Amino acid sequence: MFRNVTAIHLHLAGVFQRKKAGTSLARCLHQTFAMAKRLPARRLDGIDHNPWVEFGKMASEYDVVNLGQGFPDFPPPDFAVQAFQLALSGDFMLNQYTRAFGYPPLTKILASFFGKLLEQEIDPLKNVLVTVGAYGALFTAFQALVDEGDEVIIIEPFFDCYEPMTLMAGGHPVFVTLKPSPTGDGELDSAGNWRLDPTELASKFTSRTKALILNTPNNPLGKVFSKAELELVASLCQQHDVICISDEVYQWLVYDGHQHVSIASLPGMWERTLTIGSAGKSFSATGWKVGWALGPDRLMKHLRTVQQNTVYHCPTQGQAAVAQSLQHEQLHFGQPSSYFVQLPRAMWRSRDHMVRSLQSVGLRPVVPQGSYFLIADISDFKSKMPDLPGDVDEPYDKRFVKWMIRNKGLAGIPVSVFYSWPHQKHFDHYVRFCFVKDESTLQALDEKLQKWKDELRP
Amino acid sequence: MFLAQRRLCFLDSRAKFLKTIYSSKILGLPTSAKMSLKIINAKRIEGLDSNVWTEFTKLAADPSVVNLGQGLPDISPPIYVKEKLSEIAAIDSLNQYTRGFGHPSLVKALACLYEKFYQNQINPNKEILVTVGAYGSLFNAIEGLIDEGDEVIIIMPFYDCYEPMVRMAGATPVFIPLRSKPVDGKKWSSSDWTLDPQELASKFNSKTKAIILNTPHNPIGKVYNKEELQIIADLCIKYDTLCISDEVYEWLVYTGNKHLKIATFPGMWERTITIGSAGKTFSVTGWKLGWSIGPNHLIKHLQTVQQNTIYTCATPLQEALAQAFWIDIKRMDDPECYFNSLPKELEVKRDRMIHLLESLGLKPIVPDGGYFIIADVSLLDADLSDMKDSNEPYDYKFVKWMTKNKKLSAIPVSAFCNAETKLQFEKFVRFCFIKKDSTLDAAEEIIKAWTRQKS
Repeated sequence: MFRNVTAIHLHLAGVFQRKKAGTSLARCLHQTFAMAKRLPARRLDGIDHNPWVEFGKMASEYDVVNLGQGFPDFPPPDFAVQAFQLALSGDFMLNQYTRAFGYPPLTKILASFFGKLLEQEIDPLKNVLVTVGAYGALFTAFQALVDEGDEVIIIEPFFDCYEPMTLMAGGHPVFVTLKPSPTGDGELDSAGNWRLDPTELASKFTSRTKALILNTPNNPLGKVFSKAELELVASLCQQHDVICISDEVYQWLVYDGHQHVSIASLPGMWERTLTIGSAGKSFSATGWKVGWALGPDRLMKHLRTVQQNTVYHCPTQGQAAVAQSLQHEQLHFGQPSSYFVQLPRAMWRSRDHMVRSLQSVGLRPVVPQGSYFLIADISDFKSKMPDLPGDVDEPYDKRFVKWMIRNKGLAGIPVSVFYSWPHQKHFDHYVRFCFVKDESTLQALDEKLQKWKDELRP
Repeated sequence: MFLAQRRLCFLDSRAKFLKTIYSSKILGLPTSAKMSLKIINAKRIEGLDSNVWTEFTKLAADPSVVNLGQGLPDISPPIYVKEKLSEIAAIDSLNQYTRGFGHPSLVKALACLYEKFYQNQINPNKEILVTVGAYGSLFNAIEGLIDEGDEVIIIMPFYDCYEPMVRMAGATPVFIPLRSKPVDGKKWSSSDWTLDPQELASKFNSKTKAIILNTPHNPIGKVYNKEELQIIADLCIKYDTLCISDEVYEWLVYTGNKHLKIATFPGMWERTITIGSAGKTFSVTGWKLGWSIGPNHLIKHLQTVQQNTIYTCATPLQEALAQAFWIDIKRMDDPECYFNSLPKELEVKRDRMIHLLESLGLKPIVPDGGYFIIADVSLLDADLSDMKDSNEPYDYKFVKWMTKNKKLSAIPVSAFCNAETKLQFEKFVRFCFIKKDSTLDAAEEIIKAWTRQKS
């Protein structure tokens, strides 16, 4: 009721502003009081808020080095840009619809490329679905398989869309938290140090558990799940007959010699796993919005049904560009000339640079094993400046990030946004930074940090 | 609301019951069998798996078949549109994420274009959403605004996705057919197909959340006139109903007709989502960009759906589209403007196609808009005895027969009807005429040979 009244008041103001000369006032008022029916649909309850909008806006309003949102500020590799240009200047029929479930040359290369990696026979027509980014693949999977009342296990910290997507499908999110073990004095924390308690994880599985969503390498923490950890998850999924949705968008971005392992390649897991990937993250071309889901036909057919009732097709030319780019990578696979070798090597250096730099002002980074991100512990700041401006209920890290944007010219993302509401207060002392940035951005970061350090001196 | 909750509780306990029954402990089944009993799709997609396009595009994929089926232009998009996209691909920043609700320069261009038609200014950030094709806009609108237990009025024949999208949202589609009979001595026109006002009024009640309007109409090509839109508007206002207006073919209206936007009618802006399509506007269906325009109190819910589904659309395509729009916005009165030149080009093709179908002895319905023609093919009395699957409607069998024996493909119109009323339209077949001259030449050859064979 209150919401409707407010909407009416706001709307009246808008109507008076917007109306052009000659529009009768009576009609404007009639228009204002028109809609009394309940809007929106109930499936949107509780999922309308989005942290990215708020922080993105702030970062654009101040002069900041933006290490918030996860996208590269360097271009895609030349061969990928060329592939896109070829798709645009070649056959003009690429301007028209392609096959709904994926442009055939793309599904073919995805099947052969990942077939080798997963050691699985992958049929391009039955086991591959191309989607609008990995985000689209996640949505399609949730809508296809999660029903009203189904439970979905989400490992915290989690990429923030998993919870609202579960809710929109009528599911119940069940959270289990990665917990850091204490580190020695003077030692930097590592993402590998954050683990699931096996007993606690096992306790989260019930007869209502439909799916578990796994993200490795993990955003925001940068953890790369080890084979042993994945075997634990796998055995529980099999024991309880649960589907695993494995978000592997950062699969190439692993450092320090860590290996990315796809849970679908473990015994008994292909049959119950959807493996999600991203051209945007693989080729530093997030704006192309091409992603995919791989899995057994028994699951994929339901994703296809959702696809044909949601977007139907994905844009053709982006898919053609990704197909060609993957062909390039298949030719160079494992060699120094492969982008999937070059990119992680370069980002490893960026990671190390950022880890060193952040420490100069008392931020304590948790060294990631993979992904685009690291989180930095701000506990020292929390004890030294506990009363930063913000709303009563606002977690400390959100207030810290806003303060940092306004006063230090640096933008990050408060890590509490990656936690469920009840747990946010336990994890309100970390900030996420993206290091997949150009050298010049890292230098700009250093300049901001130097200024900050100077301001710290008494 | 109460009924919906009760239904959910019932479904919930039924699901629990089934899980207990199928628990492997009781049946003592090995893991893989246990898995195949449990892993089932969500109920929202039950019965929505079949799709006319998947079936018929496969058939028409044979290169020896002249494809007049799917609404896919085989003409080239305008040169400047392709050029813009090429230029943009070279710009680094356009390879990364853009604003989720629509690339800034695109929403600005859309606001500027459409303000010319609406009596109000359009706020590009609050009253526009860019989606994955008009298809994506339909999905966002339905998921954002339609609830379990709602009723949605769908006018038959209908673009086939309306029904499954409404069902996926847990709502009930309520159908009303367009009705007509050919009149002797007069060419049968899409304007002869009308809604009976009393019948339409009878479909509205307090549970009616929305009506989906499609003008120009696919497949008939009807362009709703002022009086017809006023009747719909009056009912929407009376019953406090939303209007989802699918106007993808808005530029494709032929001589003597004018596309009208129901959102510009008194009392309608507040309750209407108007959907448009880059694919249909610029003959670039593969770009999959569409948009929804409406008041913020509706659009914001479509935006919520967006941030929980695909988040953002592809950046380079949106920028190219914005630039293409700016070129044509500047010359809206010019015959060179694509919004003017395409319908002129298509009207010629339409007339050619009508003539061809008439030469075959058919009575095609002359469309006032869009790029499809439907015709009653039962007059041909084709021998379909060798087509298997006698449960299929006549037009499905006819199209398969025609594809196989005449190497000409089309789409059966009963695909645009609900299960109960397929019979009403099962004699009709839809032909697409946004095809290059050589395709129409090939179609003409087939039809001439067919005519000779008949006589």
